[in-house]
Amino acid sequence: CVFAMEEADKTAPSVTDRYYTRWYKTDMKGKPCEDHCILQHSNRICLITLAETHPILQNGRKIKNINYKISDGCSRLNNKVSGKSKRGGQFLTEFAPLCRITCTDNMEYTVFSCIRGRLLEVNEDILKHPDLLLEKPSTDGYIAVILPKLEESKSITNGLLTREQYEEVVSKRTSQQQEPC
Amino acid sequence: MLSLKEKDRPIIRKLLDAGCCGRCVLRFCCVGKYSSYQLSIEDINKQLLAFLSEADDQPSCEASDPTQTEDPPSKKLKLETLQAGDDGGTETLTANAEPKVQSEICVACLGVLQDFCDQSYTTQLQVCDAVRKGEYQFDSLMLAVSLPAQLSVREHSCWLHVKKEAEKSMCLDKEDLVQVKDAFKWATQGMVGKDLGASVLTNSGFEVSVGFTHAETDGDCHFRATTCSDCFKPTKNKASVFTRMAVVKALEKISDQKFLNYPCPPVHPATRCTPLDTTLQHASVFIARYNKFSRELPQTPWVIDGERRMEGSVEELIAGPLLSSFRADFNFSSSGREDVDVRTLGNGRPFAMELLNPHRARFNKAEIRQLQETINTSSDKIRVRDLQIVTEAMGRMKEGEEEKTKTYSALIWTKKPLTHTDLDFIKNIKLKVDQKTPLRVLHRRPLAVRQRVIHSMSASFLDTHHFKLQLHTQAGYIKEFVHGDFGRTKPNLCALMDSEVDILELDVE
Repeated sequence: CVFAMEEADKTAPSVTDRYYTRWYKTDMKGKPCEDHCILQHSNRICLITLAETHPILQNGRKIKNINYKISDGCSRLNNKVSGKSKRGGQFLTEFAPLCRITCTDNMEYTVFSCIRGRLLEVNEDILKHPDLLLEKPSTDGYIAVILPKLEESKSITNGLLTREQYEEVVSKRTSQQQEPC
Repeated sequence: MLSLKEKDRPIIRKLLDAGCCGRCVLRFCCVGKYSSYQLSIEDINKQLLAFLSEADDQPSCEASDPTQTEDPPSKKLKLETLQAGDDGGTETLTANAEPKVQSEICVACLGVLQDFCDQSYTTQLQVCDAVRKGEYQFDSLMLAVSLPAQLSVREHSCWLHVKKEAEKSMCLDKEDLVQVKDAFKWATQGMVGKDLGASVLTNSGFEVSVGFTHAETDGDCHFRATTCSDCFKPTKNKASVFTRMAVVKALEKISDQKFLNYPCPPVHPATRCTPLDTTLQHASVFIARYNKFSRELPQTPWVIDGERRMEGSVEELIAGPLLSSFRADFNFSSSGREDVDVRTLGNGRPFAMELLNPHRARFNKAEIRQLQETINTSSDKIRVRDLQIVTEAMGRMKEGEEEKTKTYSALIWTKKPLTHTDLDFIKNIKLKVDQKTPLRVLHRRPLAVRQRVIHSMSASFLDTHHFKLQLHTQAGYIKEFVHGDFGRTKPNLCALMDSEVDILELDVE
């Protein structure tokens, strides 16, 4: 069969663009520039990732350590779900911490859930290869997968910014000549 | 001839005394010959009495042809001596009493195996007339019988009543008894089949269900609700906790001693069972293969939150022409499925279309070819081949869905500019891929890592950013193998080629 040929420079949207909507939470918990990006699939599943403006991704920072153990009693690595209904997954609220990331300059950052829902999995690959998080923050370097409740799948994004609003926030930031994050 | 054996005598006597009907007596004697049940109830009773009185005259003679019995006579004689020794006086007393057949309603079957096995019920009053009224087309049918749960309780009570004799005759375990259900079918199927001009089979696409209730004795089931409370747990879908299965389970658990609070043999009922309406179910299944030539056609209607995402579907395009010929609802099932934007070429994907209760189910070859033609001319987005009608259930469609190998053809884009030699490594590569449940289906499937085998791959260069990839694989998610699904499918083509790659088109062949 004959395929329609495309331009050598791919103009078609990427996998992420085709199936996911990007939502943003800027200055998480009031900490400047700690922006999160939430990828919401049309089937309501959400991936939590670092937005490209997050301090971890700036100034050639390197990662020293990623820790999914968020308290003595609770580690996101112990999360287990079973069955179609994903029984047993930890239930997260907007401000539930997912992991703490320490950079080589000893700055520590906490990544938060940003949305309410059941934790399905965390990305264990970034433990072995922290560079994934730096190189592909919005794909292979995701932090966690969360399944919002069916009845909340529309409302969970209420407090979040669209891509457009996020870009506005970022450009305002640069024009105000803030301290670089 | 009833095929009764010498050792059955005490059982027959006890059951008749207890108020069992002739057919139930045959059941307890494990008579497995259909024709015995097809005699009229009067004839059965007559023969039973004759058999017993024969025994009173000459104890060693048998009612049936001696060649039909399985046990050698010598063994039988020995058993009898044993029996007489064991029971002493009481046994002889019963044996000498005048045997009689109760004309009342049977304590064991509550009348199911009495009047309801007569012509007046089966062919005229209920069953056959209901079938005729339904105006169905059929060559064969199966009978389904639903009985009140308390029959199991009564059965158990009768069983305990004759257990001592039965165990001595060595023939019996409770499981060996002929079920009321089976006795009913054996007694009636000949009449029904003859009357309707169809063969009555154990499995047929046309199911005729008869049922009975008996309100008077519904309380029989409540006998052990307190002792066996764990067997009678309420479930949300059931109207009563005393389902037949729950009762059977409780009876398996209960000790004979405890059960004996319930009268043994069971008490005489005042009324016989009430027959339920006869219901008819006609299933027939079309199987075939389909091709899908469109990248904008889902396999089944695509509806999210009650809103339609895309017009049409393979299912509807196939069902439309069929339904106008059948006036029936349907179930669509297929061996796997492809995405909306994936074409299915080659031999096509096997599917089954089960029609629910169609009134017409007889088609000759020419008519089926015509139906297929109608489907194929009605749309150019799909094509159906090998359409045929089967009566078997759909189960086999899903068999081997996981193991089957498939050939796919994909158009791949790479970010990194390609040379011909960049594709060399793909030749005859054999891979085991670990695939976490793809994110796009994770909302409806359990999270797991599944191993998929890629048996072989080949690539043909198109231009510096595109190539065509042929894959021969175990069924799986090809798109995820290409783009990696956020690194959740490993290895993936992105990693293998050390470049961002994407899948632009996919065909199943």
